[in-house]
Amino acid sequence: MSAGGVTPSFNPLSPFIMAKRTLAAKTSPKTAASAPAGDAERTLHLSLLRSMLLQRRFEERCAEAYAIGRIGGFCHLYIGQEAVSTGTLSHLRPDDYMITTYRDHGQALARGITPRAVMAELFGRIDGCAGGKGGSMHMFDKETGFLGGHGIVGGHLPIATGVGFAIKYRGGDQVICCFFGEAAVNNGAFHEALNMAALWKLPVLFIIENNRYGMGTSVERASAINDIYQRAASYNMHRAMVDGQDVLAVRSAIEEAVGRARSEQSPTLLEMRTYRFMGHSMSDAVSGTYRSKAELEEYLKRDPIALLRAHMEERGTLTEQVMQELDTEIKAIVQDAWDFAEASPEPPLEALMEHVYVDTTSDTGNSAGGWS
Amino acid sequence: MAIITYRDALNQALREEMQRDARVFLMGEEVGVYQGAYKVSKGLLQEFGEMRVVDTPITELGFAGVGVGAAMVGLRPIIEFMTWNFALLAMDQVVNVAAKLLYMSGGQFNIPIVFRGPNGAALQLGAQHSQAWESWLAHIPGLKVVAPGTPYDAKGLLKAAIRDDNPVCVLEGEMLYNNKGEVPDGEYIVPLGVADLKRVGEHCTIVTWGKQVLVAMAAADQLAKDGITVDVVDLRSIRPLDERAIIDSVRKTNRCVVLEEGWYFAGVGAQITDLVQRECFDDLDSPVIRVTQADAPMPYAKGLEKAAKADMPKTIAAVRRVLYLD
Repeated sequence: MSAGGVTPSFNPLSPFIMAKRTLAAKTSPKTAASAPAGDAERTLHLSLLRSMLLQRRFEERCAEAYAIGRIGGFCHLYIGQEAVSTGTLSHLRPDDYMITTYRDHGQALARGITPRAVMAELFGRIDGCAGGKGGSMHMFDKETGFLGGHGIVGGHLPIATGVGFAIKYRGGDQVICCFFGEAAVNNGAFHEALNMAALWKLPVLFIIENNRYGMGTSVERASAINDIYQRAASYNMHRAMVDGQDVLAVRSAIEEAVGRARSEQSPTLLEMRTYRFMGHSMSDAVSGTYRSKAELEEYLKRDPIALLRAHMEERGTLTEQVMQELDTEIKAIVQDAWDFAEASPEPPLEALMEHVYVDTTSDTGNSAGGWS
Repeated sequence: MAIITYRDALNQALREEMQRDARVFLMGEEVGVYQGAYKVSKGLLQEFGEMRVVDTPITELGFAGVGVGAAMVGLRPIIEFMTWNFALLAMDQVVNVAAKLLYMSGGQFNIPIVFRGPNGAALQLGAQHSQAWESWLAHIPGLKVVAPGTPYDAKGLLKAAIRDDNPVCVLEGEMLYNNKGEVPDGEYIVPLGVADLKRVGEHCTIVTWGKQVLVAMAAADQLAKDGITVDVVDLRSIRPLDERAIIDSVRKTNRCVVLEEGWYFAGVGAQITDLVQRECFDDLDSPVIRVTQADAPMPYAKGLEKAAKADMPKTIAAVRRVLYLD
């Protein structure tokens, strides 16, 4: 899709104006000129709103749980970036795959891991989606093709290329979506993974969640070019910059990239311009050291949930009452997840030495996950 | 029984396992068109095609990760490192991913992958191409590590490694590829974690593995001329470790020398010495002695390189020392 009409340039305080977007409200021909909303649109947009709101409310409770010691270790919240996970994963099939970084709670929920299993994992309990052995940074769920939250920046990109290789090897038409932050593009693994994915034409979507900061280092202080989706040019790879706060823009970019991956098995690099409304991790102040309060406030104006909500209200697909009901329902779901996690037992001490090795071989019954 | 080279034994193992299981594929630098940097994969591209014998760019971290990803979703990759020296670039994938995914995922994702290639020194290749990495690899819970010293063990262990549902590191030897030995005509497997008593004696136990098995056997021949007979315990697998085989032998001979190719500090021999002092404390008639490479990077100059290596004269001297003969 090349740059999709986007002018490559970078403005830290207005990062979205250059990007592909749909939710620009009144200025968008797509919304202004289109037909009245039908049931299909209402259903879709409500499901996107629900997905993003679930992540938001869930993460808010995670911050609370962390403060009182229910969650330990490193904990990285996804608040502000929900349009990327929802817009992307809402377009995947159940048999597709995804892999991501340590900022993985929101994506786990958006992919369909239950809030109970995610919260129990965060609490380090046996009913967690990794049995309490992974924690915040290492969510896994084979059932939904969630191939993990990975803790080493860039380390999971070659794995995504490998999953793409396996899809091609088996002759399937699945795709793998690989999420990573903009700081990972400066890592050698990024180059190695993208080069092979393009060289071998593999159905991989590399999705940069450009939230502007690798921990506290801004993209301008870390990358020799600021329009980092242009790095795909080195691999002759399709690429685009997308407004990552606009869930419909994300979906539309993903639709195009997924279609190409399924039909031509070619990879795409998408740079989703987004922003985290919280600190890097729980120990990081929201603003004040490496980013200003004024900058944060500017970005808060483009809250992905508020943007979709405003759009739906404009389209007549959402009322204040429905919004309140949805919010109440989701808060109850998150409370249920908390209660479930709290009631779930800690792993027994016998679990310490379980899962270091499997004792099977391809003769005794392979547990490697089958062929599909 | 056919007499074939170590190289051909590995080649047979790869071919047989790829014929047996369509999920098995070979990936690495020069494995296809070039027929393998050491010709281990000779003929495989022609037989299995380029989807199953995959030439990669020079990108160790990248293709090790590709293997891990493919293994996560059901394939059974064999990743060839041209040498284990180059695998240092891939250590994040080997250590942080392949070894840990089963555990971190609470048992959901096991990684049936083989990482293989020559390990240790050849001749005058200098410091960066002459390193033995088994102590690094065996240090990691989640990895299995094998080091065959003979064609028979090379074929049997590689087949077992390919069939194992865990990540297995197979440490071959550049200086072993041309060595010949007996290999049965029919199908066989050498199970992981089972040592082999390569020589039976009574005065001392030499514990070793991989290429050093040949050094130990040559030392045993020399020692026998002076009436000293030794057990040579070839571990074959370093992890899992066949502790029983070591203990049984040392309890019989009451003396132990550990011969390893790599460096002294925190080497595999330290682990074995720990085992022997715990399990055979009352059986030992002398301290355990370790024969290792000199504690320095490998030099290029011929004389210095020879002096650095854990060779036959040093092994003989160690055995004589635990027997209080010198």
